[in-house]
Amino acid sequence: MAMIDEPLYPIAVLIDELKNEDIQLRLNSIRKLSTIARALGEERTRKELIPFLSENNDDDDEVLLAMAEELGVFIPYVGGVEYANVLLPPLETLCIVEETCVRDKAAESLCRIGAQMREQDLVEFFIPMLKRLAAGEWFTARVSSCGLFHIAYPSAPEAVKTELRTLYGQLCQDDMPMVRRSAATNLGKFAATVEATHLKVDVMSMFNDLTQDDQDSVRLLAVEGCAALGKLLEPQDCVAHILPVIVSFSQDKSWRVRYMVANQLYELCEAVGPEPSRSDLVPAYVRLLRDNEAEVRIAAAGKVTMFCRILNSELAIQNILPCVKELSTDSSQHVRSSLASVIMGMAPILGKDATIEQLLPIFLSLLKDEFPDVRLNIISKLDQVNQVIGIDLLSQSLLPAIVELAEDKHWRVRLAIIEYIPLLASQLGVGFFDDKLGALCMQWLKDKVYSIREAAANNVKRLAEEFGPEWAMQHIVPQVLDMINDPHYLYRMTILQAISLLAPVMGEEITCSMLLPVVINASKDGVPNIKFNVAKVLQSIIPIVDQSVVEKTIRPCLVELSEDPDVDVRFFATQALQSSDQLTMMSS
Amino acid sequence: MHGGDEVVAAPSRPSEPLDWKFSQVFGERTAGEEVQEVDIISAIEFDKTGDHLGTGDCGGRVVLFERTDAKDHGVSRRDLEIMDYPISRHPEFRYKMEFQSHEPEFDYLKSLEIEEKINKIRWCQTANSALFLLSTNDKTIKFWKVQEKKVKKISDMNLDPSKAVGSGSVASSSSSSSPKTCLVNGSSFDGSYNKLSNDFLSPGGLQLLRLPAVTSQEINLVARCRRVYGHAHDYHINSISNNSDGETFISADDLRINLWNLEINSQSFNIVDVKPANMEDLTEVITSAEFHPTHCNMLAYSSSKGSIRLIDLRQSALCDSHTKLFEEPEAPGSRSFFTEIIASISDIKFSKDGRYVLSRDYMTLKLWDINMDSGPVATFQVHEYLRPKLCDLYENDSIFDKFECCPSGDGLRVATGSYSNLFRVFGCAPGSTESTILEASKIPMRRQVQTPTRPSRPLSSITRVVRRGSETPGVDANGNAFDFTTKLLHLAWHPTENFISCAAANSLYMYYA
Repeated sequence: MAMIDEPLYPIAVLIDELKNEDIQLRLNSIRKLSTIARALGEERTRKELIPFLSENNDDDDEVLLAMAEELGVFIPYVGGVEYANVLLPPLETLCIVEETCVRDKAAESLCRIGAQMREQDLVEFFIPMLKRLAAGEWFTARVSSCGLFHIAYPSAPEAVKTELRTLYGQLCQDDMPMVRRSAATNLGKFAATVEATHLKVDVMSMFNDLTQDDQDSVRLLAVEGCAALGKLLEPQDCVAHILPVIVSFSQDKSWRVRYMVANQLYELCEAVGPEPSRSDLVPAYVRLLRDNEAEVRIAAAGKVTMFCRILNSELAIQNILPCVKELSTDSSQHVRSSLASVIMGMAPILGKDATIEQLLPIFLSLLKDEFPDVRLNIISKLDQVNQVIGIDLLSQSLLPAIVELAEDKHWRVRLAIIEYIPLLASQLGVGFFDDKLGALCMQWLKDKVYSIREAAANNVKRLAEEFGPEWAMQHIVPQVLDMINDPHYLYRMTILQAISLLAPVMGEEITCSMLLPVVINASKDGVPNIKFNVAKVLQSIIPIVDQSVVEKTIRPCLVELSEDPDVDVRFFATQALQSSDQLTMMSS
Repeated sequence: MHGGDEVVAAPSRPSEPLDWKFSQVFGERTAGEEVQEVDIISAIEFDKTGDHLGTGDCGGRVVLFERTDAKDHGVSRRDLEIMDYPISRHPEFRYKMEFQSHEPEFDYLKSLEIEEKINKIRWCQTANSALFLLSTNDKTIKFWKVQEKKVKKISDMNLDPSKAVGSGSVASSSSSSSPKTCLVNGSSFDGSYNKLSNDFLSPGGLQLLRLPAVTSQEINLVARCRRVYGHAHDYHINSISNNSDGETFISADDLRINLWNLEINSQSFNIVDVKPANMEDLTEVITSAEFHPTHCNMLAYSSSKGSIRLIDLRQSALCDSHTKLFEEPEAPGSRSFFTEIIASISDIKFSKDGRYVLSRDYMTLKLWDINMDSGPVATFQVHEYLRPKLCDLYENDSIFDKFECCPSGDGLRVATGSYSNLFRVFGCAPGSTESTILEASKIPMRRQVQTPTRPSRPLSSITRVVRRGSETPGVDANGNAFDFTTKLLHLAWHPTENFISCAAANSLYMYYA
């Protein structure tokens, strides 16, 4: 064999590695398939590379997955759409492999290619391939075929169209539940391409088969089909054919099916339209809200606001609100939590009076829930109620709830409420904050858990941003600086952290006059950890203060620290000095 | 569908006891050979077609066998399933492959050793030529794919000119031995790919590029672990079972049953939890669990108190309350210290049609109709003669031995293991008095003594028939002491033929009738 030219060398290596023992090298080569194809040229790609790939399809799944993906965008390398059909054979074999992810990817690539293929090529190559897959001996082929019908159908001649519909109908009744599941999943896509006349007859009968399947896992997927088909049908057909199915699904004996209905409710309402939703789906929804199974109630409760948006406020108050009241005292904390996460959104729908009269008591009872997640969910959506009734009515109950969460024994709960403090502060206003929450914010800086102290320091910064430096000077800074004398070094460290976060927000003047002296003072601390944190804080302050301050105050302090007996203190002090040098150099 | 229907349709057939003959043995012990603990077989399972048999052992290995007879390669799998082809010969199996499924582990958090012993094997849906199976030890379930791989011989490489074309040089030798190729690893070449454009390359050089030619004749079987389902059980896993939906399975330990999706190993759903708030209140544990063979929403689990619960997954997400409870009312006055221990069910199996559940406790084998929860439709005495010896059995822990049971594919017979490497086959069709004792040896019927099969004695209830095998088996009558160390715990009935595979220590015996 002759020597390979220098520029071709990497290509040669890539090609050889298509069959390397090492899977990583094979994967690498497959990922560079387009490079190989470009080097080989279109004709040799068609005649050599693609057949080579078709033959070598017993590789590891990872390699096959990569191959399936690459082939999906391969049309340019085989010479454009007129040659797209050469890509079908390797993908067809990949559609039959055992590994689900490979099959899915291969089917996806086939769809991508099929969408670009010329009509006559679809008829000549794609449709025969589809028929082979749909009649495949192994269920894997039949599973893959379901996702390809919507590509083939529009281009098929009339007679073939009939055949394809029949084939799909058979797949909907396949022996293997996996095939029926795939048929159910893809029914919406296929139905979208079928003519209206056949839609009402053929597709609806397939849909009916699926809705009455013995396997829960198939019926589950038919629920999604309701929404998809509903959008395709004329409104009156939808009401006649889809609505009864939804209503019967909402009373299915399997809780998973009912859960699916609850979850898909918005799409289902959209499919049948607002009027039938109001008349027929309200009773169904009320049943789901009162379902025996907590999982169903969780899903249904989470859709309360969205469902009420479709109804008018009168219907909502009449039908849904009583259920909401029940759910607010549900035995399952997850149901209450789910309700709490959306219930605030009902306020704008019901209007001010109904909110005050009906919703407020529910808010208040949820704010006193024993389960912290419920309370947190209410607090996190406070802004939505604020717009409707103002915060005053709530604030009485809010404070005890916040205080309780702030002192919860689980640190994750405390962490969550800290995250909401800036939101609360903006909703409740400065006055409320000063009276009630300021002390809490300081208290968190001395929490036993580091994550809380860290969040508290960050919270102080966010409050300063929210209310401005002047307010912060009055209400935060003195209290924070006070704590630098705490006997516990970990708390002193938190204060240093807070200072470094506050400095950029407070601006140069306050930093120099108030913050910097405290930091400099802390450099005399007895604990090395404090000292090297002083060095870090100073490093972060350097860019925001004037050069003269750096020279006069910061550098001398850092120089002193750089001669500290402790190696870590020396390290961070030196690092800070170096960064200060760099800054000086850059500015000069 | 086989099974229940046939019982009614052909009442005359089952009356004749089957004549069992030795078929094959794998790993037969030679005289005086000492059995290694790791070689002891701990699980046996036929796949749905009966073309494959899997065994697991205490050393964490899984050994697969494949059927060699009556396997016409021209007929599609689908046809084979449907076809009721005539049986000219009895099934024969040959060793297919083995692989190490589990290794011994140590749980550092709990300071517990985790044995590698395979507790259960379950076959999953076959796809293409690949076989899939689940295997589990006490803690971890693994999903295996066993596939034929061509052994590739690659020639026609672009590089390495020292080797002639078509010499059959192996891939690794050509590209990795060439010193220049060490450049290839990683992305160092990315820059140079981009430089390539068609006009940059000389056409002559291009023609020299060739794709590797692959020639392969040999076929190798490879087992790859596709997924590991771990960290979901605080107690020892006693059962795994596939769902008929083809996408989920359950795993059961002493107190909980979890539901998994085969594709997802990061989460499972707890569907049954019998753990009491206070562990001191614990009176009952789960001993075995199985999905219904056709109804994806139904599963049964057995308990240490001798009850079987049928649950319906449709009713609730957490199925702590059962749909049906199968329990035999305790006979009055018979209660003793051992009552509860011997009532514990060691194994349950659904019949192929899902109509019946077969359960094994220490003394008996019981057949339950899932439509009748008042009591078993039949009870077969297996160890009644051991009743006087319960004290000894308790002393040496044998009373806690967990014997498996299996119904035949046609639903006409049931089988279970016993001591001294014996196993028993009972006829369970109405009117059948069949009761056979077989020994796991090359002469299975050697222990069969001429005990006249007594007609079944109906009890007060017409539906409930207690049939007794020979209550005093010959060996015992002959004064031979039972050997409690040689126990036959694991056995499986072929799904379509009268063919039993059973494990005696490290040996796998197969019998046909």
